[in-house]
Amino acid sequence: MPNIVPFKTFSSIAVPIDIPNCDTDQIIPGRFLRKPNNDPNYHLYLFHDLRFNSDGSEKEFSFNLKQFKNGKIFVSDINWGCGSSRENAVIALKANGIKSVIAPSFGDIHYNNCIKNGLLPIQLSESECSLLRRQLHQNSDSEVTIDLGTQSVTGPDSTIYNFKINSFDKLRLIRGLDDISLTMEYEEKIQEFMIDYRKKHGWAL
Amino acid sequence: MGKTLFEKIWNEHIIYEHDDGEVLLYIDRHLIHDLHYRSFASLKSQGIPIKEPGKLFGVPDHSVPTTVKNLKDIPKGEMREAIEGLQRSAKDFGYVHFPITDKRHGIVHVVGPEQGITLPGITLVCGDSHTSTHGALGCLSFGIGATEVEHVLATQTLWQRRPQMMRITITGQLALGVSAKDLILTIIKEISAAGGAGYAIEYAGSAIDKMSVEGRMTLCNMTIEAGSRSGIIAPDDTTISYCKDLPYAPKGPLWDEAESFWRTLRSDKDAYFDKELTIDGSAVIPMVTWGNSPQWALPISGSIPHPSLENDPMLRAEMEASLDYMDLKPGTSLSAIPIDTVFIGACTNSRIEDMRAAAEVIKGKKAKVRTLVVPGSGLVKVQAEMEGLDKIFTDAGMEWREPGCSMCIALNGDMLKPGQRAASTSNRNFQGRQGLGSRTHLVSPAMAAAASIAGHFIDVRNLYKEL
Ligand code: SF4
Repeated sequence: MPNIVPFKTFSSIAVPIDIPNCDTDQIIPGRFLRKPNNDPNYHLYLFHDLRFNSDGSEKEFSFNLKQFKNGKIFVSDINWGCGSSRENAVIALKANGIKSVIAPSFGDIHYNNCIKNGLLPIQLSESECSLLRRQLHQNSDSEVTIDLGTQSVTGPDSTIYNFKINSFDKLRLIRGLDDISLTMEYEEKIQEFMIDYRKKHGWAL
Repeated sequence: MGKTLFEKIWNEHIIYEHDDGEVLLYIDRHLIHDLHYRSFASLKSQGIPIKEPGKLFGVPDHSVPTTVKNLKDIPKGEMREAIEGLQRSAKDFGYVHFPITDKRHGIVHVVGPEQGITLPGITLVCGDSHTSTHGALGCLSFGIGATEVEHVLATQTLWQRRPQMMRITITGQLALGVSAKDLILTIIKEISAAGGAGYAIEYAGSAIDKMSVEGRMTLCNMTIEAGSRSGIIAPDDTTISYCKDLPYAPKGPLWDEAESFWRTLRSDKDAYFDKELTIDGSAVIPMVTWGNSPQWALPISGSIPHPSLENDPMLRAEMEASLDYMDLKPGTSLSAIPIDTVFIGACTNSRIEDMRAAAEVIKGKKAKVRTLVVPGSGLVKVQAEMEGLDKIFTDAGMEWREPGCSMCIALNGDMLKPGQRAASTSNRNFQGRQGLGSRTHLVSPAMAAAASIAGHFIDVRNLYKEL
């Protein structure tokens, strides 16, 4: 079960990640998928092969730069988190304290994985994301503020961007709800459904 | 208004619907593989039992070596721990598990349909993005994350939002030497790796009607590479005869009930699709990918594009990054690219039809480069050996292995060395997918076999002329 902390308004340095179609194999390479979630080195697995050379020295990568190292927000490009369903990608983000990823579009499964772990995926337009990334590169000590309540992002130049989120997802994030206990409250409805379903689709049981 | 095939199955499984469209869905089948073996310990620690163990089926695949068939021959470590962990949980929780010693063992997406665990009209999930494969049989199937896996184990349900509907109609018929793999690469090139995000994609049209269940699975398998979690194809006579008499398929009167329900599962004439697309199947030619996203695919007659001609700066940068990683020069013709390794396998292309397609091309010839042939399941392996295909491969100097994911994800010791280049029948050409620094070109089994013989990419259709 994920460890979910209720999502609160916060400000942080934001990190530009200029990779379109950034697949979850890049976010965490396959060979780390059998590591336990509490592995003390988990933070190093994030973008491992883009961040580190084989001798462990750092490559040129935005998240390695001094001014971005403490960032808790990523601003990325289209189709962030496409590909594999590995939730390890979200675990690696969380191990680095990342609380939100802003991108023009997300891989569907990764989007759900973020929500279920209390990490906020924010969809802004392609031009808004690329403007934000440009500003972050140019003006690197600038902060971005995220307010889930009002569904707004405040950029480094104080421009406010509004974003959409499904109300059920919003509730989950704000309350830090875990789905299993939520669903258990629907046990009666599940039982009712099953009576009907058994009659109709006995072949599928 | 009429309903789409997807909506019909979806509606049958709605337990509860929230005002904002969030739906609690009932799940008929849950498949689990070795990378999720820790889910069981997590549930145990919370004191939560498995809701319906009879609907859970386990198969280790990602971590299994393809050279040995026994647990004790696997050195102690992460690989063995994952395989053993899953096996142990099956005992503890009492669900069906296909251990590596079982001849039905294989890749989860090959085993499910083979055993009749996958059936038309059901909802099926697995903690793996290529669960989209199963939609080929006319069911609603999609990949989920680890938290959702635990949720299904605990409740046999999932919270979901209805995706938008897209239909891709493929007219005409695929030509000789052209396969479902070439078709799906053509589709992804057309709509992009993000084009299907938020949609469920139904495939229809004359090329689909004529396609085997195996081919349909290849198509649905790679639907996730177009960004969509679910591909689906209406069940027809082909599907129904495929399912008949499979071990876990319904029997007797239950079969009749099932069949009459399945026959209703097609999109109504007036069903609404948010997006529609038509592709001329007869015009599809063998494809090869050259970049680090499946959308960077080209017909074999093509050449590596010039990023400088691309107007969109982001696309240009992505192309340049791909060419740099793949060590390719603009203007190089695809057929001039030499390869080090060929991998024929993965849930995309490791079924019997794929083995036959590769063997047909290889027969009587020699592999020029290291070639691994990895059947998708023990049953595929047995069938191929009965047909003498293994002999064709080994006579050509290729390696005939035990089933598993193998070099598709390089988690079992089968991998490329940094800088090596493979022609691969898998589904992902991401950076490092087949090992750190590996370079992957996605192709069909016939194209992979042809590349193995030539040592570089060639148009397999030219070989058919000689056959
Ligand atoms: S064969 Fe490859 S894509 Fe398929 S399930 Fe295994 S690792 Fe995933």
